[in-house]
Amino acid sequence: MAHIAPAKDDLAVAVSGVAAPDRDRRRPFAKLQAVLGTTPMIATAVGVFVICILFSVWWSFTNSKLFPNNNFIGLAQYNRLWANDRWIISVNNIWFFGIMSMTFNMVFGYLLAVFMDQRIKQEDLFRSIFLYPFAMSSIVTGLVWQWMMDPNLGIQETVRNLGWEGFNFAPLARGETAIYGLVLAGIWNGVGVTMAIMLAGLRGVDAEIWKAAKVDGIPAWRTYLFIVLPMMKGAIVTAFILQATGIIRVFDLVIAMTQGGPGISTQMPAIYVIQHITDRVNVGQGMAAATMMLFPIAILIAVRALLEWRARAREKSV
Amino acid sequence: MKRVVSVVALCASALLGSTAVRAADVEVIHWWTSGGEQAAVSVFAREFDALGGDNWVDTAIAGGENARSATLQRILGGDPPGAAQFNPGRQYEELIAGGMLLDLTDLATKENWAGFIRPASISEACLVDGRWWCVPVNIHSWNWGWASIPAFEKAGVDVPSNLDEFLAAAPKLKEAGVIPFAIGGESWQISGAFGVVLTAALGLEKREQLFKDRNLEVAGGPEVKKAIETFRSLKQWSDEGSAGRNWNDTTNLVVTDQAGMQIMGDWARGEFGVAGEKPGVDYACIPGPSTPPTVTTDGDIFLFPKQSDPEVERAQLKMASMMVNPQVQALFNNAKGSMPIRDDVDMSLADDCMKLGLSIIKDPANIAIAAGRWINNDTTGQLNDLWAQFWADDSMTVEDAQAKFVEIIKVAE
Repeated sequence: MAHIAPAKDDLAVAVSGVAAPDRDRRRPFAKLQAVLGTTPMIATAVGVFVICILFSVWWSFTNSKLFPNNNFIGLAQYNRLWANDRWIISVNNIWFFGIMSMTFNMVFGYLLAVFMDQRIKQEDLFRSIFLYPFAMSSIVTGLVWQWMMDPNLGIQETVRNLGWEGFNFAPLARGETAIYGLVLAGIWNGVGVTMAIMLAGLRGVDAEIWKAAKVDGIPAWRTYLFIVLPMMKGAIVTAFILQATGIIRVFDLVIAMTQGGPGISTQMPAIYVIQHITDRVNVGQGMAAATMMLFPIAILIAVRALLEWRARAREKSV
Repeated sequence: MKRVVSVVALCASALLGSTAVRAADVEVIHWWTSGGEQAAVSVFAREFDALGGDNWVDTAIAGGENARSATLQRILGGDPPGAAQFNPGRQYEELIAGGMLLDLTDLATKENWAGFIRPASISEACLVDGRWWCVPVNIHSWNWGWASIPAFEKAGVDVPSNLDEFLAAAPKLKEAGVIPFAIGGESWQISGAFGVVLTAALGLEKREQLFKDRNLEVAGGPEVKKAIETFRSLKQWSDEGSAGRNWNDTTNLVVTDQAGMQIMGDWARGEFGVAGEKPGVDYACIPGPSTPPTVTTDGDIFLFPKQSDPEVERAQLKMASMMVNPQVQALFNNAKGSMPIRDDVDMSLADDCMKLGLSIIKDPANIAIAAGRWINNDTTGQLNDLWAQFWADDSMTVEDAQAKFVEIIKVAE
């Protein structure tokens, strides 16, 4: 994307009419260099993303099995997909898991960052502890969570052995509660990195703001909430996007903790896609599911592009 | 990284290659990871290495679905393993059609595989249009109940011989502090157990009409309904720790007398063997569990993806020949808990449960052909989802489940 910025500069220069003559002479060569430099990147982006996505979408309209084929069968794969209990449950799960873990991650991440911002002793140690879950594979942490929530050898059994016979804590054992177990593990996994990003955002806020707020007698919590938070837009967006991408492709955590069970109660869209294009040798069905996963993201991108385009149009008219 | 390693290996072998006949490495993908399974697969590895020259390179991937996925992806990606485990049936039909497998016909003709591999339903899995595409290595039957004799003694009831007797005994087991019905909550285990219950309720003839002819009247009929009801009754006798539990951890509950009975294929026998348990004393193997008993001809096959290196191909053929060798068959199947694919092996090592299985399979009227021979992986997967959902979700009614079952059979390809 770097080649766009200089072009914009040139445009500004041209509009203001003070372009230096020697810069003009250098430009064709510089442009060539820029084009040469970015060609591999553009080729990869187009080849890997655009073409592959187009193929995925196309195959979702075919009856491809192990080998992709071009037998067009219309919307049959989508009809089957949306008539399938497991897919519906997967979609509900991803929304529930996504909204819950996103909310808790952002709130706790910010609170932890504020806590770390109090010039506490051993900040490095705490930061490492909070970041540690993110550094480990979800398969490993998922397995440990599964053991902890196992009714026969986890927390429940331990507490019962201590004397509380009626103690119940085995969310993964029942279909209605298993998703909460996943959310818990998801938060534990993601909150540290959110904190790290938020902390960087907090530290990036000008110290003068704090001084000014103090002079005006604004309590610290209000400063954090109403002054500093809005100034950290960059950090918040980064944390949000990082969490969102992690959530939409959640796979290994579920595989390690529940394998989509009990029954099919914790199935996720990504598992559906992967299982259909691999063991169930039904590429067409898998691609239909993958296309549906892409759909909300495509809408988000389109909305963003639309907003940007409108903003630019307004700028021009002014 | 892998590519770098293989390039280095290629250079190294090129340097060494000039001096001696090159030993080939044959990478074998399989999903045999439990104690009994490891004991069995190491028979293959040991015997192959003992032939000299070539090496068995072991790639064990836990879980059949994962292992098969890895194999398929690697074949499609142009990096096929030397050999890979599958279940007999339609899991690899497109690999054959796509010409991606080594044709074993010449070797099979030379060694007369068709002459000794029995029953026919086992060889048919590999013999497609007169050509051999894989090697059957064992016969597994899903239709077994594994019961802990001490657990039933503790409850003061007899070891059952069919599911109705078991359901009658279950309350006593529970009173005695035993988990009556042991099952792991993975979908293939649940679906497999349902298949056993279904076979017991339907009988072999109607079962064939259901899966082979896709007879929707049978699918919607009273026998299927009874099977679903029985299955729901079994659920209330399972324990709350079953969610996501491995099959061998579940078998271990029976081995350690914490649970009464598990429905599982005869690979479970390997676990009892590893634990040093004796059939008839410590545990009972109940064929069916139904009267009359049935066996399914499930099992394992190995297929050999085409390779570019002729040395590897030579080693692949050597491995295929080793797998059907009578001596190897005896050692392997005894460790695995399965039945050998040929009659002329020395079964003096066989225990009572295997002898029981071998006596049942002698009569073709007892043989249930594995459903995977008639329905493809996609349909099998849909059935796995359905029975897993029904098992876990008590709010799903029997009628509901049967309607969905009929729908899946209707659209099965």
